[in-house]
Amino acid sequence: MLKEALIQAGMQPGWAAFIDIFLGVLVAASFGMVWVLFGIWVERKMAARVQDRIGPNRVGPWGLIQNIADALKLLTKEVIVPRNADRPVYFAAPILAVVGVILIAAVIPFSPVVIGTDLSIGILYVIAVGAFGVIAVLMAGWGSNNKYALLGAFRVVAHLVSYEVPMVLALLVPVMLAGTMSMQGLVREQHIWYIFAVPVTAFLFFISSQAEVGRAPFDLLEAESELVAGYNIEYSGMVWAMFYLGEFMHAFFVSILFAVLFLGGWSGPGAEQIPFLGIVYLMLKSMLVYFVQIWLRLTVPRVRIDQLLAFNWKFLVPLALANVLLMAFLFKIIPTPDFAGAQAIATNEFAGVAGGIYRLFGPNQIAELPRTGLLLLGNIALVGVTAALLGQAGRRARRQVEALVDETDYTPRAEGAEHTAEAPAAAAR
Amino acid sequence: MHLNEWAFVGVLLAISAILPVVPMVLGWLLGPRKPNPLKSDTYECGIETVGDAWVQFRVQYYVFALVFVVFDVEVALLFPWAVAFGNMGLFAFVAAAVFILLLAVELVYIWRKGALEWM
Repeated sequence: MLKEALIQAGMQPGWAAFIDIFLGVLVAASFGMVWVLFGIWVERKMAARVQDRIGPNRVGPWGLIQNIADALKLLTKEVIVPRNADRPVYFAAPILAVVGVILIAAVIPFSPVVIGTDLSIGILYVIAVGAFGVIAVLMAGWGSNNKYALLGAFRVVAHLVSYEVPMVLALLVPVMLAGTMSMQGLVREQHIWYIFAVPVTAFLFFISSQAEVGRAPFDLLEAESELVAGYNIEYSGMVWAMFYLGEFMHAFFVSILFAVLFLGGWSGPGAEQIPFLGIVYLMLKSMLVYFVQIWLRLTVPRVRIDQLLAFNWKFLVPLALANVLLMAFLFKIIPTPDFAGAQAIATNEFAGVAGGIYRLFGPNQIAELPRTGLLLLGNIALVGVTAALLGQAGRRARRQVEALVDETDYTPRAEGAEHTAEAPAAAAR
Repeated sequence: MHLNEWAFVGVLLAISAILPVVPMVLGWLLGPRKPNPLKSDTYECGIETVGDAWVQFRVQYYVFALVFVVFDVEVALLFPWAVAFGNMGLFAFVAAAVFILLLAVELVYIWRKGALEWM
């Protein structure tokens, strides 16, 4: 739109295109940064309420501009660089951490017309760009030349990289259902929210994206209690703040991605006509996801590294593989919805009650309904089988423990000999 | 058209690289700068650091990275299949099933080998 107006005003088409892109980029890049100032406030307030505190309430109404004050404070702090650090790597890491997250903003569809660029490989682009974060953390750990930081960075290799597998496997399913990787295409093809058709996939994506962001219960890479602060221990002032900024933006962008992939993105009543409504819908949906994310973060304790990896490789990955296979099979045997037929009923004036129902709920939604129902049944069956297998594994583990306990003889040998040295000796054997 | 799509990403890459640099430089300029030998020492709970951190590390981390690479490459190959899946016959499903079962076999192999146990 802007491009045409500029060409009309007598500008070179090349320059007009450049200005068009440049302004779009500025909006996309600053959107996340501006939001973070508000998002951190929301998170701090929520954390405070969960922990029975009041939270920030001094600077501005309800403490709203507390974060701006914090940012200014960070600006005036000294940037301490350890003597032994590898300076180029040390300073490149926080930049990369932010770049990788901002690049995701390019393909977020805010409304039917507002999108940075609707790449035909949108999903693949998100995955590719998401890998920047891993490299950034690794560079920070290595560049700091600190043992805690390096340990944190090593964990990242095992942890972030592991959880990328179920995430990518989960992303296959929406791509398969929509038949496209473009973000706008995914929203348009989503006549009924995919969370109703493929809840298991939504669950897999949500869990693994939480791990990708590196927040509790998966915040092992910066476990304060064992690694002090992990990879960012040697960073201070504004340089440190960049990691913080990157993490918060990532957490929010992941919620937006969830809303786009499984909650219908900008779609909602009237969104096609009024683009602004699309932005409102998308923000509401992603705030809902963000709320669940904070809630999880505040209530679930941190897991151990072996539990973390076992949970991924022995539960999420097998489940994701089975899920992809089952969904592909169901998708193939369920007949494709008759969109043209539904459209015909909706536009037919003589269809009576049926036509009214079709117009009220939308012909595409009605046509999609049987497929969604069948896929949902498949998902419920998958959950049932998984639960049964988990129960079996749990019972086997319990029997093993019981057998170990039975082997150990805790009972004292002779009567009246409870307090002799014999009992502990038997236990040790 | 395609060039324009990617031009956006290129410009965004440049801008997003500048965005974090600005506050970092501002912090460098506005903040105090009083380094002393103790302050710029590597932090290690208050004791003096012995040697640097660039040492050999456990191979366990490397095993997970290896497993990941195999999975990631195979899954990347599945994306074109997923896009075209709606227009293909049942054979597409069988072909992909074999491919995914290969992944499953690999997972079982790694599991039985004990590579997934954290020691």
